[in-house]
Amino acid sequence: MSEQKKEPLLQVKGLKQYFPISTGFFNKKTSFIRAVDDISFEVFPGETLGIVGESGCGKSTTVRSIAQLYKPTAGEVIFEGKDLCKSTEQEMLMARKNMQMIFQDPYASLDSRMTIRSIIAEPLIIYNKRHMLEKSLSNDEIEQRVENLMERVGLNRLFKNRYPHEFSGGQRQRIGIARALALQPKIILADEPVSALDVSIQAQILNLLSDLQKEFGLTYVFIAHDLAVIQHISTRVAVMYLGKLMEIADALELYANPLHPYTEALLSAAPIPDPKIERKRQRIILSGDVPSPDHVQPGCYFYDRCPKKFPYCKTHIPSFIHINEKHKVACWLYDKTVHVTE
Amino acid sequence: MLKPNAKTVLEVKNLQTYFGTDAGILKAVDGVSFSLHENETLGLVGESGSGKSVTNLSIMRLVQSPPGKIVGGQILFEGKDILKLPESELRNIRGNKVSMIFQDPMTSLNPFLRISTQMVETIRLHEKNISKQDALQRSIDMLKQVGIPAAEKRVFCYPHQFSGGMRQRVMIAMALSCKAEVLIADEPTTALDVTIQAQILELIQKLSLNMGTAVILITHDLGVVAGMCDRVCVMYAGRIVEQALTDDLFSSPAHPYTEGLIASVPHMDPASKAKRLFSIEGQPPNVIDLPPCCPFHPRCHKCMEICKHAYPPFKHLNEEHSVSCWLYATEAQKQQAAEEAKA
Repeated sequence: MSEQKKEPLLQVKGLKQYFPISTGFFNKKTSFIRAVDDISFEVFPGETLGIVGESGCGKSTTVRSIAQLYKPTAGEVIFEGKDLCKSTEQEMLMARKNMQMIFQDPYASLDSRMTIRSIIAEPLIIYNKRHMLEKSLSNDEIEQRVENLMERVGLNRLFKNRYPHEFSGGQRQRIGIARALALQPKIILADEPVSALDVSIQAQILNLLSDLQKEFGLTYVFIAHDLAVIQHISTRVAVMYLGKLMEIADALELYANPLHPYTEALLSAAPIPDPKIERKRQRIILSGDVPSPDHVQPGCYFYDRCPKKFPYCKTHIPSFIHINEKHKVACWLYDKTVHVTE
Repeated sequence: MLKPNAKTVLEVKNLQTYFGTDAGILKAVDGVSFSLHENETLGLVGESGSGKSVTNLSIMRLVQSPPGKIVGGQILFEGKDILKLPESELRNIRGNKVSMIFQDPMTSLNPFLRISTQMVETIRLHEKNISKQDALQRSIDMLKQVGIPAAEKRVFCYPHQFSGGMRQRVMIAMALSCKAEVLIADEPTTALDVTIQAQILELIQKLSLNMGTAVILITHDLGVVAGMCDRVCVMYAGRIVEQALTDDLFSSPAHPYTEGLIASVPHMDPASKAKRLFSIEGQPPNVIDLPPCCPFHPRCHKCMEICKHAYPPFKHLNEEHSVSCWLYATEAQKQQAAEEAKA
């Protein structure tokens, strides 16, 4: 996949997303929540980039900032050669046609007063009206497309006049996927699409997503907190902690050879559904909780919980160190110029 | 670990809890039987809506009535049937000898009261002779045991001043403050992150071992089951479909549902990456007015004709492993069921 030198489809450079905290009578802005703090990565065509991390680490904010649902505080999001942060509304419309999202909660992400047909057809109708589709579609053609999409994601086409409350969680997620596919996008940003589903349904949706990827040559940015799910679906994996990128590598490489102490702890904490392995495993149990992202720290953000910390980490923020072409890690342990004993 | 001939602490026999809805009677729990031994951790696994939580709410008699009603069965604790006890005696058991931790630690603590108030109240309710000072001291000791730093100060905080993982620790401290014999943990880590989940699970394991508490762990995460439980009951549509020792269940699952469930979880090893996940097609059934059949038959890849007409009997594969599936029934049983279905 990413072996050949390809132009990245999506490039994120120094993305920052701060949310102001306001207090007092005049809503004075006292400080900022640094939800995403200076992260950069690339997504190549046809691959799946998995983003893992604990809640509050900024995974969802990252994809929302990429889709410009929040206006980023700083940085660039370059999609097909254009910086989306500086795009006009018209350009954004064009970009959104190729960049769609799937959301976590299949109950909240569908309008309960719209029928399935109108939910899936809505993007088509909007773009059709503005003559932004390859060729303009008649109402019958839109109808036809909706039916094909429903069939493709495994929904009976006879259900198109039903409302979302008549469907189960897994089926609603299929509706969300059909809606995202309606405009034949190039990249899909999937924000925890399987977290709210039961295991047996989760497997169905994961299989559906990988089938669709093969069929339409889609690129995914896939968020999950379940490490096994990420390992299964991703070509490359990025690990986030407190708004920062900690490690990014090929999926197999990352799971076989985690370098950052946080990645190691995360992998060892994930339960494995096999009692023989699970009972023998030595866990790295991290002490403490994730600190609040509202104060600036002079050093590594993982310092408080890190089992391998040394004094240098407390005062210096690690930058990305290239272990090899495909493996980058933000940890002082791997910087040869820094001495651990210092 | 499980010792042979361990004493049975809690026994559930043919429990049936139904809810009256406008659409009909919802059989949330329909004939569940299991027993819990001393010092054992029993897992209850199943998808949402399979009746795991209602089973445990029924054990504590916390099912809201109406619409819920426990219509049949027995729950034996210390030789007494909990379902027949008067409310006054029930109070002596609930929260005292049988304690519960819930999924969402925020909604199960009172946001208006300090942790100290809530913990002292629990202790003093169950032990009439303890002074306020002693109860507070016990609360602090419990908080220390569950690993809350600076417990002397933190005990006077309000729930919102704790993080999710810390709140769950407080819940565990409260649940165990009366030296409970049985701890029911209803998805205790579902709302938590993996690193925090690992902390909490280790804590439950350590404390139950030290205090000799038997644990019923409800979860949908097979990974958690593999690490924590001695025995597992798999639930589907309000019934237990398979019951076995954890190792047995994972190495030789007998029921097609258990098999599918284990196979559909992605594994963290490179070999399984390229493969498609095994998936159980279809949706869990609606348990309102379920016809007499195996509720899993529409999704089952080994479905036979008989499965559509009669509920399969329980079959013991060995002492600890039993399964409810027609695949393992005798010919005589099948014939009898087929005749009954015709009639």
